[in-house]
Amino acid sequence: MRRLKLVLVGNGMAGVRVLEELLRLAPDLYDIAVFGAEPHPNYNRILLTPVLAGEMAFSDIVLNDLAWYARNGIRLHLGKKVVRLDRARRLAIAEDGTAERYDRLVLATGSSPVILPVPGANLAGVLTYRDIADTEAMIAAARRGARAVVIGGGLLGLEAANGLAARCMDVTVVHLMPWLMERQLDRTAAQMLQRALERRGIRFLLETKTAQIVAGESGRACAVRFADGGSAAADLVVMAVGIRPNTALAEAAGLRVERGIVVNDTMQTYDPRIYAVGECVAHRGATYGLVAPLFDMAKVCANHLAQLGIARYEGSVVSTKLKVSGIDLFSAGELAGGAQAEEIVLHDPAGGIYKKLVIRDERIVGAVLYGDTVDGAWYLQLLKDRQPIGEIRDHLMFGRSHLGDAGHKGESRAAALPDTAEVCGCNGVAKGAIVRAIKEKGLFTLEDVRRHTKASSSCGSCTGLVEQILASAVGGAYQPADAKTRPLCGCTDLTHEEVRKAIREHKLLSIPAAMKFLEWRTPDGCATCRPALNYYLIAAWPHEAEDDPQSRFVNERMHANIQKDGTYSVVPRMWGGITSAAQLRRIADVVEKYRIPTVKVTGGQRIDLLGVKKEDLPRVWADLGMPSGHAYGKALRTVKTCVGSEWCRFGVQDSTATGIALEKSLYGMWAPHKVKLAVSGCPRNCAESGIKDVGVIGVDSGWEIYVGGNGGIKTEVAQFLCKVATREEVLEYAAAFLQLYREEARYLDRTVHFVKRVGMDYVRKRVVEDERSRKELCARLRFALAGYADPWAERAQGAERERFEAIPA
Amino acid sequence: MTREWRRVCALTDIPRRGARVVRSRAHGDIALFRTLDDEVFALADRCPHRGGPLSQGIVFGRSVACPLHGWTIGLADGCAAAPDEGCTRRFAVRVEDGAVLLAEG
Repeated sequence: MRRLKLVLVGNGMAGVRVLEELLRLAPDLYDIAVFGAEPHPNYNRILLTPVLAGEMAFSDIVLNDLAWYARNGIRLHLGKKVVRLDRARRLAIAEDGTAERYDRLVLATGSSPVILPVPGANLAGVLTYRDIADTEAMIAAARRGARAVVIGGGLLGLEAANGLAARCMDVTVVHLMPWLMERQLDRTAAQMLQRALERRGIRFLLETKTAQIVAGESGRACAVRFADGGSAAADLVVMAVGIRPNTALAEAAGLRVERGIVVNDTMQTYDPRIYAVGECVAHRGATYGLVAPLFDMAKVCANHLAQLGIARYEGSVVSTKLKVSGIDLFSAGELAGGAQAEEIVLHDPAGGIYKKLVIRDERIVGAVLYGDTVDGAWYLQLLKDRQPIGEIRDHLMFGRSHLGDAGHKGESRAAALPDTAEVCGCNGVAKGAIVRAIKEKGLFTLEDVRRHTKASSSCGSCTGLVEQILASAVGGAYQPADAKTRPLCGCTDLTHEEVRKAIREHKLLSIPAAMKFLEWRTPDGCATCRPALNYYLIAAWPHEAEDDPQSRFVNERMHANIQKDGTYSVVPRMWGGITSAAQLRRIADVVEKYRIPTVKVTGGQRIDLLGVKKEDLPRVWADLGMPSGHAYGKALRTVKTCVGSEWCRFGVQDSTATGIALEKSLYGMWAPHKVKLAVSGCPRNCAESGIKDVGVIGVDSGWEIYVGGNGGIKTEVAQFLCKVATREEVLEYAAAFLQLYREEARYLDRTVHFVKRVGMDYVRKRVVEDERSRKELCARLRFALAGYADPWAERAQGAERERFEAIPA
Repeated sequence: MTREWRRVCALTDIPRRGARVVRSRAHGDIALFRTLDDEVFALADRCPHRGGPLSQGIVFGRSVACPLHGWTIGLADGCAAAPDEGCTRRFAVRVEDGAVLLAEG
């Protein structure tokens, strides 16, 4: 089969990201050629500032070395600028006549610095700040004590000014507007920034218009003259007044060009064979000069090049982080929110901290942080997800505290950690190793860091810290994943919600049927999507959908918990934590008969038998004669109880009887994640109901119900749902809440994540206020659970015997 | 040296997208995998990471996810998918008239 020819014009970050994504999706579809005007392989343009400041070398910022192109069979034409497109013959032609034929073309021509139309703009000694050549020219021109004038007080200008100041130059920044970075900052933050830079010796001339660059005797620039008649001496002038998309090539080829090359949501230009990505495009009227949106575009473009045809680019919310070491500045979204907007401001001038959040309709629409930017990524996430902030408004300003809740000594400031500090306690990954991997491997996303370092890939409690490290290492290039559009896994571009909706609406009843209907990219999915699909199917169509054991994690397939040595643990169910002499005697007999090495009392008031051999499991279950405790499943685990009014002198309700009734009513319930409950007989709350998915507390007049608590990775206090009078109501409300969670939570989200995402108001509406909704939810759960057979009893009688037995030699 | 092929089970004894374990005196546990397309592979039943029983993992495509820490191991080469590193031993296996033949040599 003849492979299609793909030509990429522009060897920068956006274009090469398209190739990377494409090679992942369809490695063999195209014969690929790349033209790059610069004589270098693809490098990380956002790290030019550290190179300028002398903190990194060029070799540190190369993203794809020449070997990468060779390994992927890509013909690379370096130092060859494409000057003409022949759309009729489908040729891209370079200056030196090199031509490549294309079936598909990607334009990623980037942008150029704007040169002010003033006399002297083209003199020697006048530089721009855009690529490694500019950076090297600036480094060469920088001499101790020499004078530099930077025209432009935006992001790029300030980074250039700081880099030159770091090389001991005498730097003046000239800016037309009344304050610095006026598009990203308000006046207060800009003034704080200005003062900090002034302390480093940089001078500022605001509201100053450049009129002319004056030549000295040598013919080089020697001064900048301003419209108000003043002037500043300059051995070096840097123009950093903005960028302009490079559209000349596209325009000459007859493609539609406005501010940039016009593309639709699939990144196609007006010629359907030609795609464009990056700084050169205009999408829905917007152009982007930051790297994160370019990556989003690249992903969509690659999806269409790979002929999958489902992804759409719908614009980006951008954030800015100034890459000047020692100054923390973050900005995202709108700063002038309009008439309906409110602002929350925290300002500590002496401490050098300023934070402003712009809020409209209960949602963050903009954020500026100066001096303390650790929560930038979190605010950006809230902004992008359009998450209602009503419930967290009180402490929103104080950030997401205690990022590493367990195992990180409560540490929540990654920047302050030394390189030797252990960030991921599960996998033993230190901060230094994460920073090194980010720099050396060119990582930009949390997923990348997880894959390469294992940090945050197990329990996830250090995710916040890892995100901070990532944000501080790559600056504005770090984009927290957009939870609303995040695909279920690499086998599809559909989100969890889209998959669930299709399963419901089209009555998909098996994994193969769902994958076929939803056009899965892989024949049988992966270890991420199969368990999720299996759950979504059985949750949507109980008694009808096929429950596929091969798509369940080992513990749920074996009905026991795998241990590190390949043996299993067995936790029999003890309803409400109540046991008897007969049960304990049987357990003791089983322990002796099967030589079970460890017996342990669990946190959920059960007994755990550890170290059971796989082949012994069915007989252990038969001898125990107790139902499965489901300690191995994303399912109902335990209902923990206190002794309650039957014995306790303080008890006001019979918590044990209610706990047992609750546990029996939910027996066999599979869920997006594990579900733990507790019932306490009085407000002393000895069953610890405040940290359970559903916690019930007896009071004299009835029962209080709390939901969304968690005692694990991150301690989360359950929120009050409602108060009811009777045990029957406890069962009904708990069932309704859990069914809502089963129907609407994403697989592997605990109730706390679900409640945080949809909000307590919504939960209350569906479970408490709307009686019909509650009854229907409850009825659907009871229907799903009806007739559930104990999996241990079935297997004790010989079901699935081959699963437990090896083939003898 | 000729390989000594030994019939260990029927193809249908191994669940599709699943595995069975053969107890070998010489080599310990050997995992026999059967893919969606009825391809069969044999690997030492030990993940190169921490020795997890690969036979208990989720099988997808020509890979298995180790049940202990989720490493993805290629069934054809026994090696961990990048960026993880390490390989587990492979054994020759083929299917003939619905029977699975294993060569442990």
